[in-house]
Amino acid sequence: MAAKTRRYSARDMAVLVIGLGVAIVVNVGVIWGPALASIGLSGTDWSGIGPIEWVGGQNYHDLAAEYPPFWSAVRNNVLWLGFLALVATPFGLFCAVLLDRRLRLSRFYQSALYMPVVLSLAVVGFIAQLVYSSDYGVLNSVTGLSVDWLGDSSVNIWVVMVAAAWRHVGYVMVIYLAGLKAVDPALKEAAAIDGASERQAFFRVVFPTLRPVNVIVLVITVIEALRAFDIVYAINRGRNGLELLSVLVTENIVGEASRIGFGSAIAVILLAISVGFIATYLSQMFREER
Amino acid sequence: MDQRLPISRRHLLLGAAATFGVPAVLAGCGSDSPAPGPGGNLGTVTIGSNASDEIPKKTLDTVVKGFTQATTRINTVDHNTFQENINRYLRGTPEDVFTWFAGYRMQFFAEQGLAVDISDVWQEIGADYTQAFKDQSTGVDGKQYFVPFSYYPWAVFYRKSLWEENGYEVPATLDELTALARRMQGDDIIPIAFADKDGWPAMGTFDIINMRMNGYDFHVSLMQGKQSWTDPKVRQVFDTWRGLMEFHQPAALGRTWQEAAQSLAQKQTGMYVLGMFVAQQFPEADRDDLDFFTFPEINPAYGTDSIDAPIDGYMISAKARNVEGAKALLKHFAQASSQNIATELDPGTLAASSKADTSGYSALQKRGAELVSKATHIAQFLDRDTRPDFASTVMIPSLQSFVSEPDEIDSLLASIEQQKANIFR
Repeated sequence: MAAKTRRYSARDMAVLVIGLGVAIVVNVGVIWGPALASIGLSGTDWSGIGPIEWVGGQNYHDLAAEYPPFWSAVRNNVLWLGFLALVATPFGLFCAVLLDRRLRLSRFYQSALYMPVVLSLAVVGFIAQLVYSSDYGVLNSVTGLSVDWLGDSSVNIWVVMVAAAWRHVGYVMVIYLAGLKAVDPALKEAAAIDGASERQAFFRVVFPTLRPVNVIVLVITVIEALRAFDIVYAINRGRNGLELLSVLVTENIVGEASRIGFGSAIAVILLAISVGFIATYLSQMFREER
Repeated sequence: MDQRLPISRRHLLLGAAATFGVPAVLAGCGSDSPAPGPGGNLGTVTIGSNASDEIPKKTLDTVVKGFTQATTRINTVDHNTFQENINRYLRGTPEDVFTWFAGYRMQFFAEQGLAVDISDVWQEIGADYTQAFKDQSTGVDGKQYFVPFSYYPWAVFYRKSLWEENGYEVPATLDELTALARRMQGDDIIPIAFADKDGWPAMGTFDIINMRMNGYDFHVSLMQGKQSWTDPKVRQVFDTWRGLMEFHQPAALGRTWQEAAQSLAQKQTGMYVLGMFVAQQFPEADRDDLDFFTFPEINPAYGTDSIDAPIDGYMISAKARNVEGAKALLKHFAQASSQNIATELDPGTLAASSKADTSGYSALQKRGAELVSKATHIAQFLDRDTRPDFASTVMIPSLQSFVSEPDEIDSLLASIEQQKANIFR
């Protein structure tokens, strides 16, 4: 039995070229092309009209040193990520654990918590205005306060994050609930027989078996934090304390302003941050498979 | 940067096309509403319109129906979308005639060669406009590119009944304004309604204080990037404004101008610096109760000789296919009778033509026209008098930060000046 070297027929080649070629063209044209173009443009001062002039790192210097909204946007993006990861996500897990214990009316709670997830964040933004507006908002009229929740740049990011978390909690809860249902009850029983307390059983036995779910939730949380845009845009177009990197990119590039070079530089920074997270995540995944 | 390397545009454009092509497509698709006319001998003229609100849309439809020399087709795009995509729109496949704004905002695009020189049209219509309107329609090269259609003045609005009740009198100087504001506070009325959630309304207050203190010429050259923002004259403007802050409605950054106008209508606030469109927020029955005065004098050298009165009108795009027809249409827009249709349908605007019939004006419109005719200089409003990128990415965040922290003037002005240097280079 001589091992035959495998040869591709013309048909195989055609299939290969079409199958792989289309994917490559789409990938390069839609993802890599624009990303590289943004990086290229970030070194210019193009306005969308007229000649493109190379200015090197000027845009990066300008935005780091002389563009106040940039640092508040970075700070807000970090806050957003921290708030979702350290407050909203654990709270979602907490709700999931409670609901998993088959409380009375647990279906009702489950639906109530999940309801906001079907709303777009822009809609959540409009709802937030009805709640927080200083003149006609529910919060001020119920509590009798007269705080300018959305206009005061030292508080508005927090109340907006609460609104965003309102939606995030439901999302995380459902994913964890599905994960918890899949945990073998025998594990918990065995832990109980070995004399583990409820708390120990959860942290030492159940939580570690949720690892794949944790990874998914972490990725979702990071994505949500980096792509946050619609809620602040609906509230005040992402200004005055609600700056986010994604909003600054839009503000500079899409608006009448057309500071395409400058806006691209902000986009590149957002890209660098995203790539950081993606690379960490992928390397984790590959290490696991090995 | 002292050295700049010109790099191949084509390569960058290719890549950029994928990224930025989408909004251009957006700008192109709106609702096509053909206005069937008898069709003259000049073929078809297309119009790109930002008049997406009900009243302006109806106005344009009505005015265009009266144009018989050519068939017309109007492409209406959402107002903000139109503005934000104007760059890509004019470079793509624009309509022959498009709606736009006078002043620097027009010159900016004319200078890039995106508009058609219509000096020949102006030879015919020139007599219908005052010099101020002609200046605002003229590019930096001295040629005309714009036909004014309508405009509205900015002033200090108030409710007559509230003022009569309390015996308030129109202030003529800054001191009188301050004294009046103090009295209003004593009467439990918030003196000056204020809102800046959208970022632009505060520009109106800055404009008027700057013009009152430093005059029109300084204001315009500041807007064109020729003066320094750290100049003591500019600092003085913010200082004066800070002095008035205690009389402004608090929590302005969480409020829209519509809400502030409501508070004026409900007599919770005493006066409001805004454009004449404030009338839209008043119920029909209360409109007669609405009156205004021009912002009081601060520096006697300039008195009250300048106001903001943004002008809307029409231009021809450089890529127009039917320039003859487009010019004929612009002449039609310049006619007093066309503009009167607008003033009748929209109580918040005035006709730009000096030949327009003012007998049909409401009391408010008459007072508005009088105010503008008395002004020696007419500015267009901050975001129309300066580069669009400077207005939206620098001035909006800066003014909002001033409103929230009025004491941080020096660092704010230094930051504006730095950012200005990056944009005007």
